[in-house]
Amino acid sequence: MHRSSEVKHLASDFNTRACECFGQPPVQPFESHCPVLTDRTVRVQLKVLKVKDGSVFFIRVKPDRTGVVTDGVKHSMNPFCEIAVEEAVKLKEKKLVKEVVAVSCGPQQVQETIRTALAMGADRGIHVEVSGKDYETLGPLQVSKIFAALAKKEQADLIILGKQAIDDDCNQTGQMTAALLDWPQGTFASEVTLEADKLKVVREIDGGLETIKINLPAVVTADLRLNTPRYATLPNIMKAKKKKITNVKPADLGVDVSSRLEVLKVDEPPQRQSGVKVETVHDLVEKLKEAGRI
Amino acid sequence: LFFIYCCIERISWRLQKTKALLDHTNTLSLNLTELTDQQKEFQEVARKFAREEIVPAAPSYDKSGEYPFPLIKRAWELGLMNGHIPEDCGGMGLGIFDACLITEELAFGCTGVQTAIEANSLGQMPVIIAGNDAQKKKYLGRMTEEPLMCAYCVTEPGAGSDVAGIKTRAVKKGDEYVVNGQKMWITNGGKANWYFLLARTDPDPKCSASKAFTGFIVEADTPGVQPGRKELNMGQRCSDTRGITFEDVRIPKENVLIGEGAGFKIAMGAFDKTRPPVAAGATGLAQRALEEATKYALERKTFGKFIAEHQAVSFLLAEMAMKVELARMAYQRAAWEVDQGRRNTYYASIAKAYAGDIANQCATDAVQIFGGNGFNSEYPVEKLMRDAKIYQIYEGTAQIQRLIISREHLGKFKQ
Repeated sequence: MHRSSEVKHLASDFNTRACECFGQPPVQPFESHCPVLTDRTVRVQLKVLKVKDGSVFFIRVKPDRTGVVTDGVKHSMNPFCEIAVEEAVKLKEKKLVKEVVAVSCGPQQVQETIRTALAMGADRGIHVEVSGKDYETLGPLQVSKIFAALAKKEQADLIILGKQAIDDDCNQTGQMTAALLDWPQGTFASEVTLEADKLKVVREIDGGLETIKINLPAVVTADLRLNTPRYATLPNIMKAKKKKITNVKPADLGVDVSSRLEVLKVDEPPQRQSGVKVETVHDLVEKLKEAGRI
Repeated sequence: LFFIYCCIERISWRLQKTKALLDHTNTLSLNLTELTDQQKEFQEVARKFAREEIVPAAPSYDKSGEYPFPLIKRAWELGLMNGHIPEDCGGMGLGIFDACLITEELAFGCTGVQTAIEANSLGQMPVIIAGNDAQKKKYLGRMTEEPLMCAYCVTEPGAGSDVAGIKTRAVKKGDEYVVNGQKMWITNGGKANWYFLLARTDPDPKCSASKAFTGFIVEADTPGVQPGRKELNMGQRCSDTRGITFEDVRIPKENVLIGEGAGFKIAMGAFDKTRPPVAAGATGLAQRALEEATKYALERKTFGKFIAEHQAVSFLLAEMAMKVELARMAYQRAAWEVDQGRRNTYYASIAKAYAGDIANQCATDAVQIFGGNGFNSEYPVEKLMRDAKIYQIYEGTAQIQRLIISREHLGKFKQ
């Protein structure tokens, strides 16, 4: 990896950021990962995640506490993935990349999300079929293995993913994919510029903004302020029907999707307790002392 | 009159049924529970646009009454407008079913914006069903090249439901028609680039309605066309509604649709295609009322419980839900019937009548659920109540719809 500067990363609460950005409670995992492979022939691998739609009001934990109820809950493309698609399509419009390929892993329904990516401007799609039990346990490690295998097979030059899924907030797939391929990575990108054969990435970090230059091929993960995703217009949706989506199985790529993680239990966050209003700073200090906080 | 109307319709429907329709609709069977992938995607775009862009902007447009051109332009860019325009004129040739799905979503955002957009479809429909190739290319083509508006000019101060009673006169003089008269309540009247105009060409009062009227396409900048002031209405206030005076307006004979005397049938024929979208708009408003009321009922507490937990309120919500679902099924049936190439007058009238009525009921119930807050302009539901009323009036009043339904029903019964 080529880095012109190094910055120490501070811990931050990505969960909160996701909430602030989208004004919705954190949604529970139900991912279908779709990295965007971009290539000078460009393959933009879209992490097209189907996450629960923001307008859903309540997420309920399943009675057996193994997860959340997903039946009948609407899923749509992960917002960070939309930003990734948009960036890829922008690069293609600037004629810096030749082809944008949208990839998604999951059951039949992810084809809808791939179609949305095609309607936004991707050239073709790859649907990696993972369904049933395998899909429920599909995590960043398995997905990044799939992406790495696909990147090699398709000879991608650039992989763009959303930085994290808003349902599980793992924030791992991009980094793992880069590690598996031994490629440089530009994560939390808020600006991406192609300079000759290097990629200049401005990254959002807790201390501010960090600018790095990395060699291609590389992995980039998209952060919120990278761009504003376009709507898929109705004429483009109709044109997207003619674009190809190829089906692939993880086994064809030599990837084992069995999970090494076991979910022990899933609980709702504790009910928010009401607060107490105090009159003076002195009262506040007293109360905090009473509660053993200071 | 009724019999003639029937016969002619069969011919004109055949002319309209294009390959595009078959591609776009659920062809062999009406599947109300599962839309096609493309329909879902269209609906998704419309929904996203409505909720993210129309909903936040609607209250200020309602207050100011300003024409929502930025929103209309955006809808045009996304392909949400002018869906009916045939593909050879640069449009998408969507069926009525798909158009209705989009309309319902837009109406959810703001029915004022949706009406401004829908008026385009109403104005274009006579040209789509009855225009010759030159007319279609000229007047429909320009709508796809830039975001222009058009209007349907039939109603007059003295004749609304009684279309046969319109008095605007068109007199043939050489290669032109000279038009004099007064139109009223024309949506997009002040913003249109061209109008579909219905005028009386046969002065003989004994002449039957099916032969006395002619349909024209009138360029809005023709000398003598004078739009009046923007009317201040109860609801859908951002939609531009005006009276229009025609004073010695000269229309070239090339702008006559089909021929002299064919106007009435064209004007009425347009309704079978535009009533389902209007019903869809009313359903969108009712859906909005239901969602706002539900959200509020799950937040507001009285007597120690969320008001949604009181049966009085939950029953109100249940009835609103019943009405919304049924209205949706009604407009979908009406839209599907016409997309199959069948005469859908019966279903279109039922859908429009029902949806208009329930939109008003749901909006009123939503205000009720909000209580005192509902009456206040800081909350979104009072606007819904004001906006809903017009759905029982325009595009055929609730009473006219009942006339049509009873006529169709009795006609079927007598066979």
